[in-house]
Parts: sequence; C-alpha cells; structure tokens
Amino acid sequence: MATALAKAADAGTSVEYAARIEHVSKSFAGPAGQQLVLDDITLDVAPGEFVTLLGASGCGKSTLLNLVAGLDKPSAGGISTDGRPALMFQEHALFPWLTAGKNIELALKLRGVPKSERRDKAEELLELVRLKGAYGKRVHELSGGMRQRVALARALAQDSKLLLMDEPFAALDAITRDVLHDELTRIWRETNLSVLFVTHNVREAVRLAERVVLLSSRPGRIAREWTVDIPQPRRIEDAAVAELSVEITEQLRGEIRRHGQH
Amino acid sequence: MASTETSAVKDGNDLAGLEAGLDALETVQTRRVPFRKTLVEKILPPAVAVLLVLVVWQILVWAKVTDSYKLPAPSAVWDEVREAWLQGTLLDYIWTSVSRGLLGFLMALAIGTPLGLVVARVKFVRAAIGPILSGLQSLPSVAWVPPAVLWLGLNDSMMYAVILLGAVPSIANGLVSGVDQVPPLFLRAGRTLGATGLRGTWHIVVPAALPGYLAGLKQGWAFSWRSLMAAEIIASSPELGIGLGQLLENGRTANSMSMVFLAILLILIVGIAIDLLIFSPLERWVLRSRGLLVKS
Repeated sequence: MATALAKAADAGTSVEYAARIEHVSKSFAGPAGQQLVLDDITLDVAPGEFVTLLGASGCGKSTLLNLVAGLDKPSAGGISTDGRPALMFQEHALFPWLTAGKNIELALKLRGVPKSERRDKAEELLELVRLKGAYGKRVHELSGGMRQRVALARALAQDSKLLLMDEPFAALDAITRDVLHDELTRIWRETNLSVLFVTHNVREAVRLAERVVLLSSRPGRIAREWTVDIPQPRRIEDAAVAELSVEITEQLRGEIRRHGQH
Repeated sequence: MASTETSAVKDGNDLAGLEAGLDALETVQTRRVPFRKTLVEKILPPAVAVLLVLVVWQILVWAKVTDSYKLPAPSAVWDEVREAWLQGTLLDYIWTSVSRGLLGFLMALAIGTPLGLVVARVKFVRAAIGPILSGLQSLPSVAWVPPAVLWLGLNDSMMYAVILLGAVPSIANGLVSGVDQVPPLFLRAGRTLGATGLRGTWHIVVPAALPGYLAGLKQGWAFSWRSLMAAEIIASSPELGIGLGQLLENGRTANSMSMVFLAILLILIVGIAIDLLIFSPLERWVLRSRGLLVKS
C-alpha cells in the first residue's frame, strides 16, 4: 500500500514520461540498399509503467531498445528519456573478472557513489534480489538464474528511472524464468521503476506488463496495443493471462502470415 | 486489506524459499585438487622424463658412441656445476643474465603495454604500425645484435636494446589480440553503465583483455631471454661480466664440452623456472578466477 502511494506521489512531481519515442525510424545499409527496420514508432512509457514490446523476429524490437538506450542513433524522429536508462541483456553480461558484489560496485562507482558507501549499497541490492551471501562469488560460480539476478541488481545500481530489458529471461529454463517473473514484478512494485521489456514470448508479455505493444515485422511498426488490467501478482498459468495471450497470439500469427503471402 | 497484506507476505516467503531451492540445486560445487593428485598427475611425469633422458645419456656415454670431448658424461657436467658452485661463480653467472633479462623485460613491459593499447584502440596508428609490429615478431632478434653493437658499443645498453627490440613487439601484439577478443557485449554493457572513453578502457577493456595480455607477456619473456642469450654469445667484452651466454661462448673457445653443456642446461633451467614461477601461476590465477580453466 505504502509503496503504491509513494509511487503516485513521485509520479506527480517528476516528468510525465520515463521515455518518449516520437516518430522514430531506423534503417541500416543492407545488400539491397537501405533497409527500413523501424518505421514511424511513437510510444510513451509513463513513470512507473511496465510496458512490453512484443514481436516476431525481424520486428526490430532489440534495435528500438538500443536506440532508447542511446547505443545507436535513430535515422529519423526523436527519443528522450528521463536520465540515462539501465539496460539488461539476454546474456547476463556480468564481468567475469569481478565478483558479483564488485560488478554492482562498478556500476555504483561509474555513477559517482563515494567509495565508503558502495559496499553497503551493493549488499543492499544483492539482498533485494535475494542473493544475500553472493557478494564474493565469482560469476562462473553462480547459476543462470542467479547471474540474471545479479545483472538485475547491477542495473538497479544505476539508479535509473527506466529499465530496458532485452529478452533477459529467454535463455533460462521455464521454472527459473517463472521465479524471475515473480521477482521482477515484486521489485518493480517496490520501486519507482519504469520498465520497457522486449520479448517474443506472448505469455511472458501478458504475465508482466501493464501494457503490451505488438510490433509488426519488416519494417517494425506498432500494430496494436493492449492494456492488461489483470491484478498483480499474476501467475503465468492464470486463466485471464491465458485468455489475453490467445487473443494476442492470434494477432501476432496474422502479422507473421502476411510475410508468407507475397 | 489485512488479508491481502498477509497473502503478499506469504507469497514473498514462498518465492524466497523457491528461489533458495533453485539456487542450491543449480550451483556447481568447485573443489580444489588434492595435493596427492597434483603430485601424481603433474610432477611425476616430467620427473620421469628427465630421469629417462639422463639414463639414455649415460648409456650413450658407456657405449662410447662418440669421443668424450663431444659427449661428456653426466658426471663430468655435474663436476662442472659443483666446481662453479664451490668457486662461488655459479650464482654470479645466473644472476648476471637473469638480472639483465628481467630488467630488460620490465622495460619492454613499460614500453609494450602503452604501445599495444594505442595500436589496439587508435585506428590510424593500427593501420600505420600494426603490420610492422607483427612483422617484427618473425624477425629473429639475433639480427639486431650487429646494429646494436654499432649504435651503442659493447655495453649493457646494447643488451637492453636487443631485448627491447625482441620483446616489445610480442608484448604489444599480445595486448592487441587480447583487446580484439574482448566480447562486444562487455563493451555495450560497459557503455550502458557509463564506462566510456578512458574509463571504458580502464574498467572494461584492460581487464577483459588481461588473458591475451598475459599470453603476450609470457611470449615476451621467452623473447627477452632468447634475445639476451644471442646478444651475450655474440658480443663479449670483459666489462660485461660473465653471463650464461658468455659462459657458453667461453666453453666453446676453451674446447670444454662439459662447460658448454652446463651453460645450455642453465639457460634452459632459468627459462623454464621463470615461466613456472612467475607466468604460469599468474596465468592460472587469472583464468581460474574467471572460470576459464577447464579441468581435464
């Protein structure tokens, strides 16, 4: 309850969006000249909102995330974010020469947190992802799920308003993924974080998001949007989740089918 | 309200328990290898090999396959060792060369490291001197001895010049290939964390390139040692003192095969010892801490 109130209060004082994507297009030089990957995407992520971007391969969802992250520049249109966003990848991308704790401390250091506070902060973040004893563990000593949780803690260490997630759980087994969904929902609800989450998994999109945005492929355009008002905490096997997933899957299949017709 | 609060707490506890279970199930236990196993698998085989060489050598001497001035008995070489030890010159020979070699290597390290970083990170510099740097690696460093003598004369600086010309390219090249092999994902992750420019180089590129850099250092040491021996054999002068290369050359002029054998043996032992005592542990430590050391 208290967190929900804090969230609402915060939303009132800060900017009205965590990310604003306006008429963004992106093309790359391909074998057949310029290839349009993203076509006129306009999307706002509100403060504290959880949005999933859903699409088949070739819809440019990862490209869009890279643009929002500032790793690449759009060919047309504009993107503005409230501060520098944090980014989580499908691979954990933890640095193997550092321990779990030091990985988090590096993010704190690069953000300018003074040395004396880093250790405590890192321990706190590890506790948030329920990895209390993992501070001194090397990356290779952790399981896949634990690695992604450390990666999440490292992303949170950036203290960004917006967390971008590029299929972060795609490489995990189903049970671990399920647990990490619960974990992500819990942390998202405990913090003020806005999340833009990319996936090709319809159920995952519905399980997590307040809003699901479906992208068509080649070029990526916004095909449709759904507001998901199933109350949290949800489960991936909930009937309501399944019902909406069926509807979205139908639409997604339609989008994919169009590409086989010409 | 109260009921939702408690159910949330219960949910949280369930999740924590589930997660703890998954973590325990999926964590791999790593154990250190017991000493006995190391002894049997790592130390025993080379010891047996050395013993075998000594036995074959002794048999060849007994069989008188050639004159004794061409093939001295192991005992004759051992006498040479003992005599040098008793005269107190054995450690002098070794120290003269090792101190030169290590100092030269440290200088090569100080020059090769920034050079490698610049070549790896600055496109223009790479295009300009990258190929020359790799080409230099295939040039036998003994080729540098005559020009170094002409430029600098018969002194220690000549030795160091030869070491540098031999070792700097391999150290720089090792660093360049280390940097080239840094996974792009680390660079992207670093950039999203705010590690760009020099901070990116320091926090991401350098540590990520460390394994390749260490391999370069190892090779750099081998090159330093070989270059130094070449320089010591060719350029002899009383002021330079007697190092191992000089000892080898003295053995040849004195027609003493046992002294020649002693010198070769010492050169070999020092080369192996430095590698075994400094570079191998360093490399193993770096690889093990990253989980890259696969147990065979």
